Amino acid sequence: MKEYEKTGVLSLKDLRLPNEKQLEKGVAIIECVQHIPCNPCVDACPFDAISMKDINDLPVVDFDKCVGCGQCISVCPGLAIFVVKHIMDGKALISIPYEFLPVPSVNDKVEALDREGRFVDTVVVKKVVKKGKTWVVTVLANVEDAMNIRNIRV
Amino acid sequence: MGASLRIQNHPIIDFKQKKKITFYFNRRKLEGFEGDSIASALYANGVKVFTKSLRYDNPRGFFCGIGKCASCLMRVNGIPNVRTCIAPLKENIKVETQEKLPALSSAEFNKQHKKTLTVDLLVVGAGPAGMCSSIEAARQGASVLLVDENMDVGGQLIKQTHKFFGSKQERAGTRGIEIAEELKKEIKKLQEQKKINLMVNSTVIGYYEGEKGKHRFGVVKRKGYSSIFYEVVCRAVVFSCGAMENMLLFPGNDLPGVYGAGAVQTLMNVYGVKPGNRVLMVGAGNVGLIVSYQLLQAGVQVDRVVEAAPVIGGYHVHAAKLRRCGVPIYTSYSVKEVYGRNCVEGAVVVKLDENWNPIEGTEEKIKCDTVCLAVGLTPSTRLLSQAGVEMEFIPEAGGYVALHNRFMETTVDNIYVAGDSSGIEEASTAMIEGKIAGVAASLKLGYNQNAKKLLKQYLEELDRLRSGPFGEKPRIAKEKITKFLEKKT
Repeated sequence: MKEYEKTGVLSLKDLRLPNEKQLEKGVAIIECVQHIPCNPCVDACPFDAISMKDINDLPVVDFDKCVGCGQCISVCPGLAIFVVKHIMDGKALISIPYEFLPVPSVNDKVEALDREGRFVDTVVVKKVVKKGKTWVVTVLANVEDAMNIRNIRV
Repeated sequence: MGASLRIQNHPIIDFKQKKKITFYFNRRKLEGFEGDSIASALYANGVKVFTKSLRYDNPRGFFCGIGKCASCLMRVNGIPNVRTCIAPLKENIKVETQEKLPALSSAEFNKQHKKTLTVDLLVVGAGPAGMCSSIEAARQGASVLLVDENMDVGGQLIKQTHKFFGSKQERAGTRGIEIAEELKKEIKKLQEQKKINLMVNSTVIGYYEGEKGKHRFGVVKRKGYSSIFYEVVCRAVVFSCGAMENMLLFPGNDLPGVYGAGAVQTLMNVYGVKPGNRVLMVGAGNVGLIVSYQLLQAGVQVDRVVEAAPVIGGYHVHAAKLRRCGVPIYTSYSVKEVYGRNCVEGAVVVKLDENWNPIEGTEEKIKCDTVCLAVGLTPSTRLLSQAGVEMEFIPEAGGYVALHNRFMETTVDNIYVAGDSSGIEEASTAMIEGKIAGVAASLKLGYNQNAKKLLKQYLEELDRLRSGPFGEKPRIAKEKITKFLEKKT
């Protein structure tokens, strides 16, 4: 039995992670670890960077092809895709799917939360895009928190 | 308190401002909105006790919310036993709590002769399976009568605010509520072309002996709050009647505030009324996880999710969505009791050992006003059983189900089944099963618009959706059904 099957929380060991160079370019992190019959992320990628042989397979991101455009974030029914981009001065941009009210505005300060909903840091909203009824919110955080921040509280 | 239960803003659903409706409850003047059911309007006004139990006078409330139980029966305009959860709210109606066994009112049945409707295909239930069956059969050329108990079509699909999984063909990434809208539009179009006759607010109440090669049913249509009786004679029938919420045994499980997950979804996602302010969710299957997330979206606190099994049964991605909002999931935990005077005031949860027995001393008291049960569903099969089809108890299907072949035909000629009433699964597969039943029934009646090719395509789609590890349970269920069927024939 995997720990996340009990807790609902993934650890970084459960994920395949990109290298630093790929992170500087910005890449999609797909936190989809179970064989669910589902593939809209594959269709959504304009760069053919997400692949899947069978609909029940796990999506595999080609971190070299992926440019971190985030098209896949809002189509994922499991809201399991995030984009992380390392930028200068020890900072990172994290794009998160968001389906709650109120929706933050650019430059708002919001609470960044980890996979267990625990407070990580206060971060600044850099971009808010609405796609269908899912918002994609991009926040600016410290680079060491980039793989832990997965939600925001407004 | 009442007004605060109305959801003001919602991230996914647009609850449009609707016309106010005045009505009377036990002579008290109350207000609701157009589109409300009587029960949702009462609930929004803070009324939680709807009936009293027959034996011990225990209060009863909004348990199932979808017309499948008897907890909300009231007298409306003098007519007793109205299921207020599926009865529309109308201006100036007089709603009263009723005595336990009310006298049969003379107003209940309009004095008139029965009307007879003759069609090729009767479809019972307009949820995802029934809507798809009707659309496919009508496209094949069959005349279709689609009957549903609710005020509108859509079944449970109109409550699914989350995006569906699957591939393009199953409209993956589209929300259930949007799929319901698309199907509704298609049905409306076919209605205008006189290919589908839709009867809502109507219940198929029984199967009667008919002439050879025909099936005969009684249908009661509610007009206002009284009823009109119809006789339906059809050549084939698809039963897509859905399922009923399972109950869990614990002291206090009958208190108003203990609701099925379907009831909670109905209240908040159809009528825009919060079931309460703080919820304990029981069950971490997909339904429990999804409804918990929907409660958060509606602005309701979820204290925690308890799950008796040692692992989370639903998809990890649904669990992860909840966890990152700070909602804990307790596996190997169950609800020991629920307490409160007239409504839920709190619950006691307890840890379970590896044999699923409560461990003494691990009890924890939780303050909540709602306990939501998401502990599985049981197929609705009573009409099938009455029609004489072979039934078997199949745990993986959720209970007794009708034996059926891969074209969804049961052991009685021209009687088909689809969706949850053929075995508990989920909406995407229900829609495909519905399509298969609709096309197969029409083909057997002699309508053939590329029917064989369509059937092949739908059967392949179904296999693909069930081929992963999460499709194991329905796969086993369907294999068992096939084996039983082979034995019988």
